Amino acid sequence: MSTMPFDAIRLVLLIPLVSAGVLALVTNYRWSSRLNVVASLVTFLASLLLLVHRPASGPLVQIDDLNIVFVVLNTFVAFTTSIFSASYIEHELETGRLTPVYLRFYHAMFQFMMFGMNLALVANNIGLMWVAIELATLTTILMVGIYRTPEALEAAWKYFILGSVGIALALFGTILVYMAARPVIGGGLPAMAWTILIRRVAEFDPSLLNVAFIFLLLGYGTKVGLVPLHAWLPDAHAEGPTPISAVLSGLLLNVALYAVLRFKMLLAANPHTFAPGPLMITTGLVSLIFAAFMLYRRRDIKRLFAYSSIEHMGIIAFAFGMGGPLANFAGLLHMTMHSLTKSAIFFTVGHVAQVKGTQRIADMGGLSVTHPALAWALVISVAAIAGLPPSGIFLSEFLVVSSTFARAPLLAIPLVVGLLLAIGALLVKVGGIVFGEPRGNTAPDKASFVPFVAHLAIVIAAGVWLPGPVVTWFHNIAQLLG
Amino acid sequence: MHSLAFDIAHLLAGGLVLVSFMMLYQDRMYALINVFALHAVLLAVSVAWQALVQDAPHLYITALIALVFKATIIPAALRRIVERLDIHREIETVVGTGLTMLAGMALVALSMVVMLRVTAAADPLAREDLAFALSIVLLGLLMMVSRRNAVSQVIGFMSLENGLVLAATGAKGMPLVVEISVAFSVLIAFIVIGIFLFRIRERFDSVDIRALDRVRRERL
Repeated sequence: MSTMPFDAIRLVLLIPLVSAGVLALVTNYRWSSRLNVVASLVTFLASLLLLVHRPASGPLVQIDDLNIVFVVLNTFVAFTTSIFSASYIEHELETGRLTPVYLRFYHAMFQFMMFGMNLALVANNIGLMWVAIELATLTTILMVGIYRTPEALEAAWKYFILGSVGIALALFGTILVYMAARPVIGGGLPAMAWTILIRRVAEFDPSLLNVAFIFLLLGYGTKVGLVPLHAWLPDAHAEGPTPISAVLSGLLLNVALYAVLRFKMLLAANPHTFAPGPLMITTGLVSLIFAAFMLYRRRDIKRLFAYSSIEHMGIIAFAFGMGGPLANFAGLLHMTMHSLTKSAIFFTVGHVAQVKGTQRIADMGGLSVTHPALAWALVISVAAIAGLPPSGIFLSEFLVVSSTFARAPLLAIPLVVGLLLAIGALLVKVGGIVFGEPRGNTAPDKASFVPFVAHLAIVIAAGVWLPGPVVTWFHNIAQLLG
Repeated sequence: MHSLAFDIAHLLAGGLVLVSFMMLYQDRMYALINVFALHAVLLAVSVAWQALVQDAPHLYITALIALVFKATIIPAALRRIVERLDIHREIETVVGTGLTMLAGMALVALSMVVMLRVTAAADPLAREDLAFALSIVLLGLLMMVSRRNAVSQVIGFMSLENGLVLAATGAKGMPLVVEISVAFSVLIAFIVIGIFLFRIRERFDSVDIRALDRVRRERL
């Protein structure tokens, strides 16, 4: 660890942890939501410090090219979500869906979850990373069940059962990696540290690593929402508070995928292991096509976008499965863009569902007449997530498709079919909401558009012009990923 | 000496698999909880034996956690829940006992084939331990999917975690951080579940998961 008086890694971890404790004690919800915003902002600023001065990696935490992107993204989305959350919960209090006591709990849990996710990202130890992801999962389970309606409880229970099975399989995989490392590195902490594992992995027993990766892909893949293991995801998104849906889709899925990527790097660095590519390509394509078809049958707006998240996670898994500098670059870009766009969508959807008083798509028609501003926000963000130019998602999807055409044209066919199906579904569904007969409440909205504009501005700017340093940066990581 | 150490570890791990099988056919709540307590005691003995063989005193802590927490406190708490919710008799299985046992045997065979084949190079104690641990994990999973009752699903999950602890202690010199965190996560998990169980009770007057299924209206 760095000897600087301010160690940015420690700040990124300690600020959320301390503020979680403080927020648990603050009773006035106005103050606590403001405090939440301030804490998230300070964490974000601390993560920016990492860009300027990168601390040396220690035995437990590390910062390298790969995770620094995710730490900055994570803290940024957490900051904007906390702004959205402040305007969202005010409405929830007015309608009585949340009581002040639950709000205290909500804010404390929000920061605690950020602590878990940041810890998972900066962990230099496969065991510590596992613990951190488990922590983040448990807090989100509690958040999903916070409304205590039967549906919310069911969603939380399902998430809990599937999530724990996933996390258990991931731990088994982690133990297997340690078993593979022990004969080479020797016992103890060094045999679990990323920085040491990646240097020595070429000498590990390849068959143990193979089995380990399968368990890790299944385990963390449950968290990512890859298809046979996705059942918890739509329920958890639909029944929890919308800020949590935004954080789940935008951040937690990324964190789990980051864990998979780390282990994929290990496999890539050992010449005798099997290539994990085909496995990830298959699960990615299955997720993409399955989710694209499921989009047509959704009647609940938050479930619709939850399936869209599964679809995009499929695309990302596919891109990393293809491997190679270009596809990896596209995958990283897509992860970043998806996380920004999807959280922006949930910000909008949260306000739409609040003014309309329902999440049923059929009951929220004619939004362009009743709430023009929200309607525009929804149209723009859905166009961005569907991958229409000039959004950054268009760029990353284009890169995935073109690199696939160049290397394996046959695989590009299902990929393109899946993408087109998903675009069609989203346009049909959103067309129904924005246009059509005005239905539902017409009360004016008190939406805050700041977080939405911030996210979409980045996404569209990235689609039009990616700054040179960012490109070289992503390029370097893409090389590392093999 | 080596062979004795090996045989005893083998016996204990095998015993855990056997107790996992016993859990599969219990049809009363209290009996199931007792068998789970036995599972935890066996785990504690097995971990303690590993601590002795590997000369790793910190593993005794893990053994103690298993003994105090998993074999004593959790079963007691579960009994209380069962008593308060008045669900002693009902354990509803999704498929018949015979079929579940057959599936269990298939899973154990699978884990033996997979683990023994890929770990041919590892040291024999660790690889046999790993094969048993995977069997316990898979049997725990089977129990979770074959029961409808929330309490027995929780027990299935905890037996699964026992398998993980066995695997972690079998891996020589694995840092303590991990074992404690495993135990800790079980604790958190248990609190979470406890809260959920009581909330479910509040809403449905039942801990049968099917009650949850019935309230779904917007499935899509």
